[in-house]
Amino acid sequence: MFVLVVGGGKVGYYLTKELIESGHEVVLMEKDRARAAQIVDELGSIVVAHDGCEGKYLGEAGSNRADIVAAVTGDDEDNLVICQMAKHHFDVPRTIARVNNPKNEDLFRHLGVDEIISPTRMALGSIEQDIPVHELLHLAALDNELEIIEAQLQADSPAVGRTPADLVIPEACSLFAVVRNGVATPLRSDTVLQEGDKVIAIGRADCERMLHEQLIGETEEAGAV
Amino acid sequence: MKFVIVGCGRVGAALAEAFDNVGHEVVILDTSTRAFDKLSDEFKGQAIRGDGTDEDVLRKAGVEGADVLLALTEGDNRNVMAAQVAAEKLAVGKTIAKINDPVRAAAYAELGIATVCRTTMLTDAVLAYLDLGKTGMPSIIAPVPHVHDAGEGPVESPVAAGATAAHAQARRS
Repeated sequence: MFVLVVGGGKVGYYLTKELIESGHEVVLMEKDRARAAQIVDELGSIVVAHDGCEGKYLGEAGSNRADIVAAVTGDDEDNLVICQMAKHHFDVPRTIARVNNPKNEDLFRHLGVDEIISPTRMALGSIEQDIPVHELLHLAALDNELEIIEAQLQADSPAVGRTPADLVIPEACSLFAVVRNGVATPLRSDTVLQEGDKVIAIGRADCERMLHEQLIGETEEAGAV
Repeated sequence: MKFVIVGCGRVGAALAEAFDNVGHEVVILDTSTRAFDKLSDEFKGQAIRGDGTDEDVLRKAGVEGADVLLALTEGDNRNVMAAQVAAEKLAVGKTIAKINDPVRAAAYAELGIATVCRTTMLTDAVLAYLDLGKTGMPSIIAPVPHVHDAGEGPVESPVAAGATAAHAQARRS
């Protein structure tokens, strides 16, 4: 397989190294001449010391016969342009872009980039796994120990697929609204709850444990909410 | 009409004032507030500091639904991206990107962005002055119908003018 890698930073360097080691044909484009020379010293003469965003050089580096173009520079806009030029101007079958701003992922896909690598998204994913999202959220504290609480229903919530009538809700508490896809509607006794729903409840603080069991599921921390 | 200009360089500032002078609504963005020194005191449009390739920044600047966005920063790729974010995400009617690499300029016209190429413009101007002919490349290339709109309407070849009315309509739909 012939892979054209654009961007000789850390990602591009190690990607190229690994690809060579697994027997692929690789050309790396790096516009910084000093950096390019350094990579030549380490990996051999597989470096084109030119800007891969420049149509002329992308062509000269052999993009028209590349099976894959991987744009892994540090700049989203450069990676987008490299992939689009490769795809639409040089008919490269498969393009891969590194994306830093997670907001750009959709745009890149929509504009024809085949594969997105998002270091930001990956880090975010790992961090979010460590943050418990299965908690009740306190929206407001009212008088008389009453609170307004939001519970976001995860796939493993016992309430998913059931109606409020099926649930055991403490007497001093009432579920009064559900937010689904950003739209708030009054919660009726026959509303079937779905994953992702945000159920809004009002009740005394001491109802929380039971609400947690019914809407979130039982966890060790249930009492500590 | 509402015009958005990304990049307050000489050309960006001059166009912002020109649009403002004839009574259009103008928003101009640049990552440096010093760039706005180029605008005269009479300029009545909005000057906003921010990265014009960032969808959130553009949205906050009220770019959504603007009639025209011109991407005139010093970076070809930033211009391409600003124009595509505007067209694809923010429903801007017509987008024009300055692309100084002639190969990229022609390629992006095929992808639905009108492009202005300074390289071609200057080369042609000098060649014409010296009576040596032309590069044969248009300096402003109107977009051929968008790649995602393929199949809708006739395919036009690039012409040295603004986008045609038919095309502008196709993009809005």
